[in-house]
Amino acid sequence: MNRERDPLLAIWLTSLSGLVLSIVPLNYWLGLFRPQFAALVVLYWSIMSPRSGGILLGFVCGLMLDVFSGTLLGEHALALSLMAYLGIRLNLLLRAKPLFQQSLFVFAALVIYELVLWAVEGWSGHGLSTPLRWLATLSGTLLWPILVGVLGRMHTEH
Amino acid sequence: MAAFGSSFDRPLYGRGPSPGLRFVLFALLCLMFMYLDQRGRWTERLRYGLQGLAYPIQWVVNSPSLAWHALGAGFETRGQLRTENEQLRQQQRADEIALLRLKSLEQENQELRGLKAALPALARNWQLAEVISTDPNPLRQRLVINRGANGGAFPNQAVVDSKGVLGQVVRTGPLSSEVLLITDPESGIPVQVLRNGLRTIAVGSGAPNDLLLPYLAVNADIRSGDQLVTSGMGGVYPAGYPVAEVTGISRDDKQLVAQVHARPLAGTGSSRELILLEFEPAHPDAPEKADVASLESQKSAAAARQSAP
Repeated sequence: MNRERDPLLAIWLTSLSGLVLSIVPLNYWLGLFRPQFAALVVLYWSIMSPRSGGILLGFVCGLMLDVFSGTLLGEHALALSLMAYLGIRLNLLLRAKPLFQQSLFVFAALVIYELVLWAVEGWSGHGLSTPLRWLATLSGTLLWPILVGVLGRMHTEH
Repeated sequence: MAAFGSSFDRPLYGRGPSPGLRFVLFALLCLMFMYLDQRGRWTERLRYGLQGLAYPIQWVVNSPSLAWHALGAGFETRGQLRTENEQLRQQQRADEIALLRLKSLEQENQELRGLKAALPALARNWQLAEVISTDPNPLRQRLVINRGANGGAFPNQAVVDSKGVLGQVVRTGPLSSEVLLITDPESGIPVQVLRNGLRTIAVGSGAPNDLLLPYLAVNADIRSGDQLVTSGMGGVYPAGYPVAEVTGISRDDKQLVAQVHARPLAGTGSSRELILLEFEPAHPDAPEKADVASLESQKSAAAARQSAP
């Protein structure tokens, strides 16, 4: 049984791309539907490669997101570390599931992600309670199968 | 066990502590960061450094759109330039005439106030800055500009464009600063109706071209088309800078307050170049910087009074 090498380079490069996609300028309406790219990428790698992707990756990406978006330092870092933890904990279970069931889990995970952000924003006095903020959760869930297709090519050899 | 091969001997999650423990450690670190950042302690310096690191990335990510605008400027035709030049000349003539009038008004104002000596200019210094990126979250209205602490920007600095007030600097990095636009849901700017001097606060709605005036009574004297200017409260802007125009009012007799919307005069959604103002503190119209400090001391005094038996 040959274990594949953990694609460390691919992990950090795709995470950087996730961060870049989260700050690419979009107009107002497209921006509302912008999926949480960073959260999805971190989730993917902590499911597929729990040894090297993981909580440190989530923490670093989250800290950068906090700086990019001017939120409380540690807010996105906490939410993304939690994403990574969930992915690692459930990786064996999730890898065996069909894409549709994976997407359901991803939806739940993104709701938790958004809830953590919302809670931290609320506690620190920067709360935004408009229902519009949940749109990204839907588009993120829809993006998951595509993301699995794209990122899957980076570490499996055919 | 040896028959299963070496990969089964390794722990499933790599070396080091279990994922649960690692998550708890990182979560504690995050909570500590958030606590310190909320209190404005040493994370300021950490953030300052990270902001310096982030600036090149932000610049690269936004370079296509920056390049697009630069290219557009490079390929303007002679005819376009000529018409633009003509427009600018007319604009300047109009401005000059308005300025003549302003000079005499200022003189008159000074005499009315009984001031003997001439006042210094209110805006002591101004700097142009360019928008590098906008907040990725469309529900917040913030910008990153290419002028930081090294370029003389400072927190609470007033930011305007040629049409009116845009917002204020909230955080500075070495080479870039964050600007909170007046349309951000967390922004509130003290304004005054130009027609009758009615004072209120304009709050950002989160949408790029909409402000709300949530604190006006149903019977308040305000009409569609009223001009709103800064009232000079709040310690960021001096009085009289144009802010917005009232666009819509709905009054419901069952409610205590009127629903008033206003449209910012400055290009809050579109400005690419903006102006950072620095005011002469000696000028009587300058915003009082001491406001925040005195507020803090009042707060702490109140807290001390409460904690005392």
